[in-house]
Amino acid sequence: MTSRTADRTFAVGVTALALLVPLTLAAITLLVVLDSLPSIQRFGLSFLLTSTWDPVHAAFGAGAYLFGTLVTTAIAIALATPVAVGAAIYLTEYAPRAIRGPLAFLIELLAYIPSIVYGLWGLFVLVPLFRSEIDPFLQRTVGQVPIIGALFSGSIVGTDLLMGGVILAVMVLPLLVAVTREVLLAVPPAQREGMIGLGATRWEAIAGAVLPYARVGIIGAVVLAVARAFGETMAVTLVAGNSSTTVGPSLFTPGYTMASAIANQFTEASDPLHFSALVEIALVLLVVALVINTGARLLIRRVASGPQGLVL
Amino acid sequence: MSTAASVMARVPERHAVSARRRARERTMQALVALSAVGAAALLVIILGYVIVRGAPALNLAFFTERPLPFGVEGGGVGPALVGTVILSLLAGVIAIPIGIASAIFVTEFRSGRLAPAVRFAAELIAGLPSIVVGVFVWAFLVRGIIGHYAALAGAIALAIIMIPIVARTVEEVLRLVPQSLREAGLALGAPRWRVVLSIVVPTARAGIATAVVLAVARAAGETAPLLLTALGNLFFSTDLLKPVSALPLQIYQYAASPYDDWHTKAWGSSLVLVGVIALLSLALRLAIRRGAR
Repeated sequence: MTSRTADRTFAVGVTALALLVPLTLAAITLLVVLDSLPSIQRFGLSFLLTSTWDPVHAAFGAGAYLFGTLVTTAIAIALATPVAVGAAIYLTEYAPRAIRGPLAFLIELLAYIPSIVYGLWGLFVLVPLFRSEIDPFLQRTVGQVPIIGALFSGSIVGTDLLMGGVILAVMVLPLLVAVTREVLLAVPPAQREGMIGLGATRWEAIAGAVLPYARVGIIGAVVLAVARAFGETMAVTLVAGNSSTTVGPSLFTPGYTMASAIANQFTEASDPLHFSALVEIALVLLVVALVINTGARLLIRRVASGPQGLVL
Repeated sequence: MSTAASVMARVPERHAVSARRRARERTMQALVALSAVGAAALLVIILGYVIVRGAPALNLAFFTERPLPFGVEGGGVGPALVGTVILSLLAGVIAIPIGIASAIFVTEFRSGRLAPAVRFAAELIAGLPSIVVGVFVWAFLVRGIIGHYAALAGAIALAIIMIPIVARTVEEVLRLVPQSLREAGLALGAPRWRVVLSIVVPTARAGIATAVVLAVARAAGETAPLLLTALGNLFFSTDLLKPVSALPLQIYQYAASPYDDWHTKAWGSSLVLVGVIALLSLALRLAIRRGAR
């Protein structure tokens, strides 16, 4: 075999294998769309707006699942973002060199704990703790405040929307820290030096020059975390309750997320419409993931690659 | 420049840092340090629980026996352990060549328009919820080509999750290989494939090993897609066309049960899973390091 034909063969082989990647993505999208068609045609937009989920009468509306997903994701982001940004600031701006590496490594390892182990820990450690201590405390204090108090009303079961959000917060933490850290590292040192030269303290330099510069990137990190939280399945399935199909203000309501609905019902869905409705939920998750990931990556790239523009 | 103006406004006339500003500096420093230490502590706490609560479940029988009905003494994670090893290895065998090839395609064959498409597709697949991958593989293989739940379907679902991890990590490593090495190879008259396979890839082998480890570790812990593909199995099975158990599935089953004894077994299975992931990482890293000499 001449080197020319060998080169050709190599190029064809590599290209063929590489093209499997976009092909897989296309196949995933195509099949999920096709299988959701019956449900889309039957229910249309009301699928996302109503919350009757009744396999017996073949009436399906994923509103309550969508609500559960949105609420747990919002709680996760609200809890995780300040901690993650703080941790990233400490790692890039303050930490002594000797502990910077080990600390960052430990936080990174959080990403390698399997989802199911988070779920187990949540179910047997956090749920009892929240049921006996934290939830009653929240109800006694914040729960008495007008309007906001409704968030912490109702009976306490432990496995609820709040718990789902808390476990998601822990799970998106490593991603948020990693991306925020990358964004902060991309802030030119001159930004900090300028402010410190003007007599600012280090925190003032961070708040006045580093964070504003990194803002877009941090928003990108948060958006990526939203995408991750949105589709996370097993941990939430174990701790969020999986029973309610009601939409209400209380975070103490047992909730049900879209991903959990698929995980719990998919293998038992014998009715074709039930099955199609579950696939339509997967389609919603797919579309959200595609849109968010495209957008967030463009944002982050704009920051990380600086003013040269983006190279896809 | 509004920031510059606001900065100037905040700088006091004399350069002494006031007590109030100093206090704020300390408070903020303490808060961010606390965030970082708190986040790292979560890892220690979670692993601590897994070890302390899981250890009592461990004995030789736990590793070798199959799960037994509640009330029967003993029972373990044997089939799940075998299943996890089979699924991870098979997924790796499928995903690693594809992942590495797409990384080579993106970094070494940059001329075409397809390279950005491959890269972008990999990023998007990496961002998909794993349950969606499960739904796809169910529709494609479990309902379609294979016709029933099977280990092979589970492995392919895991492979789809692994491919983008391998592709993106390897790509980063290949980019670090100095351009001069490629040029030196080409200048010596080596054909392109030779340069890539004998110079670029070996130079990046440590990084490639890391990529493989990351991907396998991630796949070994996946649960959601396996629920829809490999299904689980209470018995030992090495048949790729039959349902197979896996540690994450076993944990789910034990954890969702109402029995205390099974909860202990769920912790034990978690400890085994975390141990398998750690060992797998260590073994792969050692093997590659030895092979490199």
